[in-house]
Amino acid sequence: MLARPEPKRTPSKPTTNGWLIALFVLILAAALVLSLSLGSVSIPIKQVFGILFGKPALKESWTTIVLNFRLTKALTAVLTGAALSVAGLQMQTMFRNPLADPFILGINSGASLGVALAVLAIGTTGSILLAGISTAGDLGLALAASIGAGLVLGLILLVGRRVKNPTTLLILGLMFGYAASAVTSLLIYFSLPERIQAYTVWSYGSFSGVTWSQLRVMAPVILVGLALTVFLPKPLNALLLGEEYARSMGVNVRLTRFFILLSASILAGTVTAFCGPIGFIGVAVPHLCRNMLRSADHKLLLPAVAIIGAALALIADAIAQLPGSQYVLPINVVTSLFGAPFVVWVIIRQRKGRTSFSV
Amino acid sequence: MSSPVLSAHDLQIGFQSSRASRKVVASGLNLELRASEFVCLAGPNGVGKSTLLRTLTRLQPALGGEVRFSGKPLRDLSNKDLASMVSVVLTEHVQVTVMRVRELVGLGRFPHTGMFDSRSRQDEKAIENALELTDVSHLSDRFVQELSDGERQRVMIARALAQEPLLLVLDEPTAFLDLPGRISIMHLLRDLARTHRQAVLTSTHDLDLAMRSADRIWLMNRDGSIAQGSPEDLVLIGQFGHTFSQANLQYNALTGQFEEERDRTKLVVLRAEGLAGTWTERALRRAGFEVLVEGAPDLPLVEVEAQGITNSWRLTWQGVSRELSSIYALLNALLE
Repeated sequence: MLARPEPKRTPSKPTTNGWLIALFVLILAAALVLSLSLGSVSIPIKQVFGILFGKPALKESWTTIVLNFRLTKALTAVLTGAALSVAGLQMQTMFRNPLADPFILGINSGASLGVALAVLAIGTTGSILLAGISTAGDLGLALAASIGAGLVLGLILLVGRRVKNPTTLLILGLMFGYAASAVTSLLIYFSLPERIQAYTVWSYGSFSGVTWSQLRVMAPVILVGLALTVFLPKPLNALLLGEEYARSMGVNVRLTRFFILLSASILAGTVTAFCGPIGFIGVAVPHLCRNMLRSADHKLLLPAVAIIGAALALIADAIAQLPGSQYVLPINVVTSLFGAPFVVWVIIRQRKGRTSFSV
Repeated sequence: MSSPVLSAHDLQIGFQSSRASRKVVASGLNLELRASEFVCLAGPNGVGKSTLLRTLTRLQPALGGEVRFSGKPLRDLSNKDLASMVSVVLTEHVQVTVMRVRELVGLGRFPHTGMFDSRSRQDEKAIENALELTDVSHLSDRFVQELSDGERQRVMIARALAQEPLLLVLDEPTAFLDLPGRISIMHLLRDLARTHRQAVLTSTHDLDLAMRSADRIWLMNRDGSIAQGSPEDLVLIGQFGHTFSQANLQYNALTGQFEEERDRTKLVVLRAEGLAGTWTERALRRAGFEVLVEGAPDLPLVEVEAQGITNSWRLTWQGVSRELSSIYALLNALLE
């Protein structure tokens, strides 16, 4: 009998991936420090660390800038990037569709409709109400967007329990989105230009509108959304083979789907409510991480996309500030304009004849 | 005899779209499958083979009757218990890209690991074992999308084996493979049953292969009934002819093959022996001739002269005799 060659042991992949994750954390830390230091006023990194650890800065104003503007903005960016990437990864796996993003089920359209109603409709019918909203600051907008996103979320969860096929859910989500967008367009059509301007600014997306008091609401909700994914890597891995295989392996598909929808909707809805509809990150970061880690394992991918998503959001925001100038670009412009070529480059470079652009 | 791994009593299968409308595919099915048995489910297209397999594995509900796994009713089993009793290879083409073979096979451990999917030494051993049984150990670090169809199918079987089920169920596992691939998959399944006492149930279109490798065949008829038996038993009771009979197509119980029924008005006399004789006769029959051993002198006469591996054919017809160097040339000469 021929001696069978010993099966080659897997090269120490877990260690390699551990190093990569450590590298990702370093990138995130660097991006965080950079975003605190850069802006219309450039603050030396040494001073930034000093301010963070409670030492008096060279200039009084620097402390205010770092603690009250840049730190809130940076934390918002971190939360947003992580939330959108995790939600996007879950949607891509659940729908087994590489183009799925956190908003595929119409969450952002619901949020947009909420904001449009608050800014446009109420604005045209009663200026007193609008005045009330503007004095309450952007918390009013966040509330309106939350209600809109929450309504769509409720509808999706309700329908999701009855629908057997995820594709059906996808189509229903699209239809919710179209319906909500249509109503929003209608509102815009009949609105005054100034009101439209307010809506348009919100729709550009921004991390800088979030204050400490808003962060106190936003951060816990996003953390809950992220915490829901702790038990999901195993069923998500099984779902990569499709719902039928997952069921044959003992996955409770309905329950899993419920938690995925709940988590992704909370994450996407909260981000949209506080920062506006932020595109691109949610669809691109999962692909980026799959390509860099060469793995589809969600035990690895979930933390990886959260870290890389947060870092990319910070970098996008840093670019949006146009360091050294007084101008600030809309965040959506930066993510798409700078991010798209980068992702195309990563994917083409890794491709080499394979179909990498898939879940 | 061991108790059956799978049994079905008075099973009714089909689709229930609403309370009022149901489409029954088959009913009154009584089936049984024992450990270390390799059973092929065969039958014409669209009779409900997939529906039966999906019902037996609870991927779709039974309309009536009962299915038991090792004596336990299917409807009482938890998802996890069922998953450790039966694993599947579906027809659906799995679309994964950056997943390595070992990872894919490892997914089979799902019902055996805890909430966070941490693997014990036993889990690793089961994965290793599954890779070896299906002869894909050398592929374990490759990405799934780089595999050929045959390799991929073996890997899907490895995944199902890593689940360590009592019963392995496959739906048309040879559908997209070339002939050697189909044979090797069927032999793999047979060996799993014979050598490793793994109960295997597979549906297949490959009647010929099924007959050569299955311990038992479940032959599903167009009316939804199922005839069970060893392949040879089913031939002897004329079951294949019954199940697959169509206009112009008959099952030849002698050759074990389906043959086109046609009027053989052209006659030819063949005098030949050995291998060359056998294949010449086949060729003549394929060309629509009735082949005789003796016949009137006005009929074409074919004689084969074998000299080692070089053969020559002599055709004598209407007083003319011709030497031909191949069967192809012979047929052309006859059909002129």
